[in-house]
Amino acid sequence: MPSLPPIRPEDVKVAERSHSMGAFDEPEAVEAHPDPLEDAYYQYLLRLGDDALILGQRLGEWCGHAPSVEVDLSLANMALDLIGQATHILGHANNGDGDDLAFKRDVLDFKNCLLVEQPNGDFARTIVRQLLYSTWQHLQFQQLAESPDPFLSAIAAKAVKEVAYHRELAGEWTVRLGDGTEESAARMSDGLDWCWRFVPELFEVDETLEEMIARQTVPDPRGLERDYRAAISDVLGQAKLEVPPDQRPILGGRRGHHGEHLGHLLAVMQYLPRTYPDSVW
Amino acid sequence: MSSDWPLWEVFVRSKGGLAHRHVGSVHAPDKELALRHARDTYTRRLEGVSLWVVKSDEIVASDPDEAGPMFEPAEDKIYRHPTFYDIPDVVKHI
Repeated sequence: MPSLPPIRPEDVKVAERSHSMGAFDEPEAVEAHPDPLEDAYYQYLLRLGDDALILGQRLGEWCGHAPSVEVDLSLANMALDLIGQATHILGHANNGDGDDLAFKRDVLDFKNCLLVEQPNGDFARTIVRQLLYSTWQHLQFQQLAESPDPFLSAIAAKAVKEVAYHRELAGEWTVRLGDGTEESAARMSDGLDWCWRFVPELFEVDETLEEMIARQTVPDPRGLERDYRAAISDVLGQAKLEVPPDQRPILGGRRGHHGEHLGHLLAVMQYLPRTYPDSVW
Repeated sequence: MSSDWPLWEVFVRSKGGLAHRHVGSVHAPDKELALRHARDTYTRRLEGVSLWVVKSDEIVASDPDEAGPMFEPAEDKIYRHPTFYDIPDVVKHI
């Protein structure tokens, strides 16, 4: 039987502190952010960056599993566009170190909308999710490109071309699958039923966003909702799919309240840097 | 799935390139998606500024077994090359 290592003085110090570790009565004082406007800006960057990161990771899950090698590349290209956007946005939020935000936060600290974390399901559901998100992101980024904030306008102006392509591609597949076979139409309809309840969150305005809108740095998503709904109806009409009835909206992603799926996604995405910290290629 | 789709030949014109060059092929259900697949497969590294896709079975190709009658008669007709003419010095560009 192996003997226990000797008790060192450092161990004694740790043991003396142990009675207060994990206690709830005296939480460590969290230093308030000096500037609430800065805080709203930071939160806004997290939302934009996390949307792109999580959707990019989801699309990456298709790699090697897509219906054909060409579709595999289409999905991987979109994933890389989105991860590129996330790298810039999260990097800007964290003094150039986006990796820290991507890999060292846990579920409750992610501020992505719930739509992007939804599991891929079948190809039809992935396409529905892409159509619903990319259409919103495109409308949003077109306006964000005019922002007086130099970072936001620059990233939006660059990304808007990528996003326009994602929107077009998702639209083309929506029409082909919706107006395809009986089975493809049924799968698209199921995908819509799954994703539709997450649409209202895209137009939700909370305190953080109100502050950013008041500073006139970002568009008010409520002003985009009519165009959004018209654009989605138009594509669904071409696809001979019904616009689903509005369901009870599910909100909370922007405040870190996520579904069960995000933790599983993060477990895969964060495994390597958490297991081998600071490893490099 | 992709084996059910027709094959399309892809041609890319590179930046500064004068003509489209054949680069490969993709499967796609129709011409619009063929163009998207070609974009996603063959222009990911800034290879081109213009794309053509042509349905493979729309291309009329010469029969390799007929290569003799098709091409060999040209072999001994070196006078068809414009190398036997003196070019006057005053002609700068030809």
